[in-house]
Amino acid sequence: MNKLIELFKNKERDILNIYFTAGYPKLDSTGHILKRLDQNKVDIIEIGMPYSDPLADGPTIQASGAKALENGMHLDLLFQQIDSIRPSLKHASLILMGYYNQVLQFGPQKFFRQCKAVGIDGLILPDLPLHEYESEYKDLFDELDLGISFLITPQTPDTRIKKIDKLSKGFIYMVSSASITGAQKEVNDIQLDYYKRINALELNNPRLIGFGISDNKSFKTACQYAQGAIIGSAFIRALSDAQNLELGIDNFVKNIRVSDLEAKSI
Amino acid sequence: MVKNKTIRIDKHGFYGKFGGAYIPEMLFGNVEELRLCYNEVINTSEFQMKFRSLLKDYVGRPSPLYFAERLSEKYKTQIYLKREDLNHTGAHKINNTIGQILMAKHLGKTRIIAETGAGQHGVATATVCALQGLECIVFMGEIDIKRQAPNVARMKMLGAEVRPATSGSKTLKDATNEAIRDWINNPSDTHYIIGSVVGPHPYPDMVAQFQSVISEEMKWQLQEQVGRDYPDYIIACVGGGSNAAGAYYHYLNEPTVKLVAVEAAGLGVETGESAATSVLGTEGIIHGSKTLLMQTKDGQIIEPYSLSAGLDYPGIGPMHAHLIQSGRASTYSVTDNEALAAALELTRLEGIIPALESAHAFASLKKQNFRDSDVIVVNLSGRGDKDLDTYTKFLNKHE
Repeated sequence: MNKLIELFKNKERDILNIYFTAGYPKLDSTGHILKRLDQNKVDIIEIGMPYSDPLADGPTIQASGAKALENGMHLDLLFQQIDSIRPSLKHASLILMGYYNQVLQFGPQKFFRQCKAVGIDGLILPDLPLHEYESEYKDLFDELDLGISFLITPQTPDTRIKKIDKLSKGFIYMVSSASITGAQKEVNDIQLDYYKRINALELNNPRLIGFGISDNKSFKTACQYAQGAIIGSAFIRALSDAQNLELGIDNFVKNIRVSDLEAKSI
Repeated sequence: MVKNKTIRIDKHGFYGKFGGAYIPEMLFGNVEELRLCYNEVINTSEFQMKFRSLLKDYVGRPSPLYFAERLSEKYKTQIYLKREDLNHTGAHKINNTIGQILMAKHLGKTRIIAETGAGQHGVATATVCALQGLECIVFMGEIDIKRQAPNVARMKMLGAEVRPATSGSKTLKDATNEAIRDWINNPSDTHYIIGSVVGPHPYPDMVAQFQSVISEEMKWQLQEQVGRDYPDYIIACVGGGSNAAGAYYHYLNEPTVKLVAVEAAGLGVETGESAATSVLGTEGIIHGSKTLLMQTKDGQIIEPYSLSAGLDYPGIGPMHAHLIQSGRASTYSVTDNEALAAALELTRLEGIIPALESAHAFASLKKQNFRDSDVIVVNLSGRGDKDLDTYTKFLNKHE
């Protein structure tokens, strides 16, 4: 069974998904970060493939991608890095996130098979159109038992959400508001209404809320309305600030997960 | 004509295998809203009446089709210039912004964003926003802001905010990225006026339709002046390709008319400092559409180079990718220096200072073989006022 499906079967709430950009801050950071996040029992690790023109990402993630490319990151190397660290990861499911053009240039068949071979459990490709996935790749994903997460936003109509639910496998990526990553700090009433509306649709796939989740408070709030949440930009900032990568990761994850009581005293 | 060779867009926004809408879900609502209404709106008599009347009385259309006698003599053929440089704001760009601002109003949008390279599209957008009283934000690469100072000043005077794009190459590609991001962040009140036949469907088709007034006029102007409503050649410069799309539009399915696309070779196609997408590009996705673009084998988009800010773009409109790959259009690459020399030549022979972008089209005349009797239309897409600094430097070096 796909590791993601298994995860959501065994754990119904407070699922923590952390994003980082491969090859940042250093070219060989990928393995260290994966290992440390896994030791911290992060449920899902989303590995970003750095891209020159990341339209759906904000300035923090774009800058980390630019640095990673400057460091010399490329897809063959990334697959090697994942391949060598994967067997030592005990806990986490792995997601690969990137842009469709990267997949097209690598060769989609080769790319998805490579994902499977190195132990990737699911993909997020925000600019891959639904109908193109359905007609070109769905059969291959089924054959490889790879997960795929499509995005929904507060503007996505219910009929389209149902279609997205039908095609997603693993979880649905619920964009907290129509904004690029890292752009906002608080959860507002409009977002809460949206979370409630989605819950009422009784979808087959679990949901993770992403965009603007940066700390314990926003994580906890998101977890009230979905099975968990995704943190990206805030983690990249923590990596940038960390004197010691491992300790920085430990502290970040600990702070996200502190109980409400402890959070109040922080 | 063979039926399957007909050039047209399909319902998913593809010209052959190029086009489509490769966009994150956050843009889906906006793009879908536009897709559902644009064709219907464009064809209503109310819209057409407003659009036509602004093109006539505000832009100053029809733009003349001018027989360039001395230039024709030099190249031993019949050369006509489609004078888009005489439009209000100095280029073809205003045809599209007039159309799109009316579309934005129809959609009830109150805030307008745009990207710009040379600043012509930014000025044309700031102009129509002033005309219609809408808020206007123009994204422009930090480097372009420096090399196109007069247009920056014009935009500001027109009341627009010019927001520097500081990521990546700090030119047109990144200004476009920033504009798209802004649209993602402002999904309800904002319309994005794209300046070329690029971006996700329906933009390439919509912009081509607004620019098609160029070839629509060419038809009757040629009929009047030459006695037939088609030329043998239409020559236009191509960055994203909106002036070329407009000049070709009504002749796309008339194979006797040869379509010529002229790209910026920068320092030379082989030098690594170039923007000749049809030669250096491969199939991929940029700014939401599948087309030819300059990229590494890993799909990272390569920063192009051209002295001309308007042609300094790593992609090409999907319609052009299709025209070029199917053989319907032929292409030439013109270096910075060839374009500068052609600008000077046109100025001295005809008393017209062209935009550096348009000068690329003129530089291709040397590279082609025409018959005496051939009727050539060169789309003179813009005037050269904005490029005077560049031209002065060139003159000082060569005279």
